[in-house]
Amino acid sequence: MKRVQPRWRIAAALLGALPVLSAPALANSEGTHIERQEWSFAGFTGQYDKAQLQRGFQVFQQVCTACHGLKRVRFRNLAEPGGPEFPEESVKELAKTWPYQISGELDDEGNPVDRLPGLPDPIIGPYKNDKQARAAQNGALPPDLSLIAKARNVEQESAWYNQWLFMLRDIAIGYQEGGPDYLYALLTGYHEPPADVHVADGMNYNIAFPGHQLAMPAPLQKDSPVEYQPESGVKGSLEQNAKDVSAFLAWAGDPHLDARKRLGWQVMLYLFITTVLLYLVKKKIWSRVKH
Amino acid sequence: MSGHGLPHGSTYEPTTAFGKWLDSRLPIVRVIYAQAVDFPTPRNLNYWWTFGGILAFCLVAQIATGIVLAMHYQPSGEGAFDSVEAIRRDVNFGWLLRNLHAVGASMFFLAAYIHIFRGLYYGSYKAPREVLWIIGVLIFLVMMATAFMGYSLPWGQMSLWGVTVITNLFSSLDSIWKGLGTTIVEWLWGGYSVSGVTLNRFYSLHYLLPFVLAALVGLHIWALHVVGQNSPTGLDVKTASDAVPFTPFATSKDAVGLFAFLLLFCWFAFFLPDYLGHADNYTPANPLVTPPHIVPEWYFLPFYAILRAIPSKLGGVIAMFSAIAILLFVPWLDTSRVRSTKYRPVYRWFFWLFVFSAVALGWLGSKPPDAEYVFWARVFTIYYFAHFLIVMPLVGWFETPLKVPGSITEAVLGKDKGAQVAPAKS
Repeated sequence: MKRVQPRWRIAAALLGALPVLSAPALANSEGTHIERQEWSFAGFTGQYDKAQLQRGFQVFQQVCTACHGLKRVRFRNLAEPGGPEFPEESVKELAKTWPYQISGELDDEGNPVDRLPGLPDPIIGPYKNDKQARAAQNGALPPDLSLIAKARNVEQESAWYNQWLFMLRDIAIGYQEGGPDYLYALLTGYHEPPADVHVADGMNYNIAFPGHQLAMPAPLQKDSPVEYQPESGVKGSLEQNAKDVSAFLAWAGDPHLDARKRLGWQVMLYLFITTVLLYLVKKKIWSRVKH
Repeated sequence: MSGHGLPHGSTYEPTTAFGKWLDSRLPIVRVIYAQAVDFPTPRNLNYWWTFGGILAFCLVAQIATGIVLAMHYQPSGEGAFDSVEAIRRDVNFGWLLRNLHAVGASMFFLAAYIHIFRGLYYGSYKAPREVLWIIGVLIFLVMMATAFMGYSLPWGQMSLWGVTVITNLFSSLDSIWKGLGTTIVEWLWGGYSVSGVTLNRFYSLHYLLPFVLAALVGLHIWALHVVGQNSPTGLDVKTASDAVPFTPFATSKDAVGLFAFLLLFCWFAFFLPDYLGHADNYTPANPLVTPPHIVPEWYFLPFYAILRAIPSKLGGVIAMFSAIAILLFVPWLDTSRVRSTKYRPVYRWFFWLFVFSAVALGWLGSKPPDAEYVFWARVFTIYYFAHFLIVMPLVGWFETPLKVPGSITEAVLGKDKGAQVAPAKS
């Protein structure tokens, strides 16, 4: 009594899917168009590009740390496998010369002291607490960036009849890069506001930000980008800086991605082989019985 | 244990001295052997029947990963979010445990929904399986409570606001009896708002309910082994040739189904761990900032759509709970003479319309409550209830079913031209 799906129906569904599958358009909920970027760590096989994470850290250090912290990432993480993998000695040096000190600890007499950070300490920003941050930033709070790439996403631009196809495509390719896609769009999204838009005092116009007005001024500049080491062979530009720092923040939010995907493939391979073997066993057992 | 159908005593014969000694004192091996090896299983079960075993695996896996996560988790408003991050970053393979547990909840529901629709399609709720079905509905309900409380534990923005929205539903009872809803809500919260106190009690219950689930699953399996399994033809096992022993036949097929399911499970756990969650839950809970769209996890979306489809708050709450409670009455709402939808040419169309409605409600539940979406949510909500209250009784009454084979054996062997009914070698 098995009912066979008529071939033409499957063919029609596939034909309908074609234009959808070739359109990588994305948008956040406010209808802003956000392009998907190419990331080395994208999809089910992608891994971080160590050189890019190092460049991204440089942008983070020279630009973002002016206002933001990265408290869930510790200095030692910068030297660990699967990350930027800076030499441990230079990370130690980096921690010692970090512009912000660890505070709130007590000395032997019970007096609060500030001290230089070390390898096990979090990568802190300039403010000791949110209140201090708001006071310094006209009431705006620069969020900690440890999870910013995880806490942002972009919604697919789709209609009711094709959304399921986009979903199946994203599941099939393992798309998880909505966060960095959004960060890149935000960092490169500062423009002159259209004539009919009134930008509130102390706010800045950005095409990617929901509502288009945000307190953060453009952190990366077209005219004076962060320049990389000449031996890196990569020229600094606004787009390159934005790309690299977005990749770095993706790592900060998901530091075990490389190991996760590597182990994932071993698990998939094991499961696939076992499923095939179990199927053959099942076939053999049931071959004695009509069913 | 013998059922109404075929009695199935144990063929277990202890061979060792210890085996004989134990068997005469506590025949536990005999019981397990009777239920897990000898148990007569319809020979015509398809792969949709492997989801029972898959669900048992899901429960055990959730408990196993959950117990280890609980060793590292701190159930306080101040520490919860940080401790989950510490699990993701610093606990050895903590990222794996956390992904398996979070994705596992989704997979548990995916399997449960397939299992429920399978039961609905093949009429597995019809006599004598009413109690088996009702226990299943209770399992579904406890699962939902467990998952809801579990989602609060990371204490991100969606945790806090999801809990706020759902617990606030009870305040609608104020319109029946002044103060009743408010009292219940404050009692649930342990205060005047959702706070760390609420998180703490939800954690306690999130740890307790899986064991309630395990007990209910035990009853579910017990009831199943009393009445025997339904089959794609909707026929019970009547003679020896209708059945094969559970082991190795069902066990080998269940193993294939489980491992194929694990491929999907691990695809999500390793490559798409955040796909089924919400980005807002990576922002620590903040009672002062409301997220733009508060959306529950995907497996609650159909019920969330029903809730929002009703213009009155109390009405929405009643409709939402009724959508689950109505399942309890399915055994008596379905008036059909035959069990399996395979032999029901009219009902078949309504069944797929119901599946479509449930999926459509899920999609609508993920959308903002704009007029157009709410309109369609109302349409599908009406069909959701009409399916149970009108279609099931009436179609069963008027429909002329197709000819049902005389037995499972006939259904299987009748496929071959001229094949005679022959007992299966097993």
